[in-house]
Amino acid sequence: MLAKRIVPCLDIKDGKTVKGINFVNFRDAGDPVELGAQYSREGADELVYLDITASHEGRKTFTELVKKVAANISIPFTVGGGINELKDVDRLLSAGADKVSVNSAALRNPSLIEEIAKNFGSQVCVVAIDANYEDGDWICYLNGGRIPTEKHLFQWAAEAENLGAGEILFTSMTHDGVKDGYANDALSTLADNLHIPVIASGGAGKMEHFRDTFARGKADAALAASVFHFGEIGIADLKLYLNKEGINVRI
Amino acid sequence: MDVAIIKYNAGNIYSVSYALKRLGVSPVITADPELLNKADKVIFPGVGEAQTTMDYLKEHKMDAVIKDLKQPVLGICLGMQLMCRHSEEGDAECLGIFDAEVKKFIPHRHEDKVPHMGWNTITQVKDGLFTAQLENKFVYFVHSYYVPVNEYTAATTNYIQPFSASLHKDNFYATQFHPEKSGSVGEVILRNFLKL
Repeated sequence: MLAKRIVPCLDIKDGKTVKGINFVNFRDAGDPVELGAQYSREGADELVYLDITASHEGRKTFTELVKKVAANISIPFTVGGGINELKDVDRLLSAGADKVSVNSAALRNPSLIEEIAKNFGSQVCVVAIDANYEDGDWICYLNGGRIPTEKHLFQWAAEAENLGAGEILFTSMTHDGVKDGYANDALSTLADNLHIPVIASGGAGKMEHFRDTFARGKADAALAASVFHFGEIGIADLKLYLNKEGINVRI
Repeated sequence: MDVAIIKYNAGNIYSVSYALKRLGVSPVITADPELLNKADKVIFPGVGEAQTTMDYLKEHKMDAVIKDLKQPVLGICLGMQLMCRHSEEGDAECLGIFDAEVKKFIPHRHEDKVPHMGWNTITQVKDGLFTAQLENKFVYFVHSYYVPVNEYTAATTNYIQPFSASLHKDNFYATQFHPEKSGSVGEVILRNFLKL
């Protein structure tokens, strides 16, 4: 049976791992290649590396990092951040990334999804959506959660699927950094609406939260950052716990 | 040991190269028939679309070269599918090393997502690439087309229905999954191939 995936996410700034609490303040959390290798040994199923530097110099550093990750780590990894056009995708896939995640650029120019799917296949195209729950609706945000858009989560996710997205990575801004569980109701609706895998993101604080997002949120994968980076939850322990709770995971 | 990776218009070639380097082998990535023929082992990787890729191989006369290889050959993912007779993807006539048809996954339930992407288990594993310890181990898959279970099936995975996770005939070995992305289990499988 296809296993549910545990996905540590590493936010990278100037070649180092950082993690935002509600998308603002950062704390340092180590060397990205070392950390990724350690997660891989502990049983992570995939890794996500997000480039949060916007400068040209930072982007070159990130591409070099992607090469190092590809050379050293034997599980799939997705890269995102600062992908605006097809040639960014080409650069990162050529550096050895397995998938790319697009966010703001896809919101501004949805045909980017179509172009990625056509040129490299849907399986490499992860569409990341940052959405916040406001007045009974999920509003999609641009630029790392700074600028609200006219798009609504469920409508945009369905549109992305139709354009050729291979996966949806949904980060609930409402839940991110709060450590009180994932946005399981919205995730469950996404799973019912879509025909592609959904990665849950934002809100992991305890092992139970992972169980709930798989069981109630019907997520295919669960992403988390700080609980792993700061050693609050060990991936090997998490997998044993999930297995005991009847969730099919790779052990 | 000389290991050659077949260079053609497909993605993912470098991942295989990196995986071999982690095992202490430095492969040559080439389309040169001479280098391919004299290598001790040949790997035929691939991510891409069947028809486009077959057209490219035929145009560059690489189809005959691959079929005539005598040393152990490992096809990965699309590489494995192209080693079959025919693929529903673009109605492609393939290499015909394995007399098998490549079919598109048809979901039965809403939960059956295509592509089949992620970690799944291999069962009924046979000697060659596998040892008994690899039974029920997880490996990493990304594919929308599959090869049904047939006389060459060397490992089986169940997704929507049982399908060939691996094929073997004479000197030709193949995996639908990506050993180069399958962590320590994948490393064991690649090592087993290098030992053949």
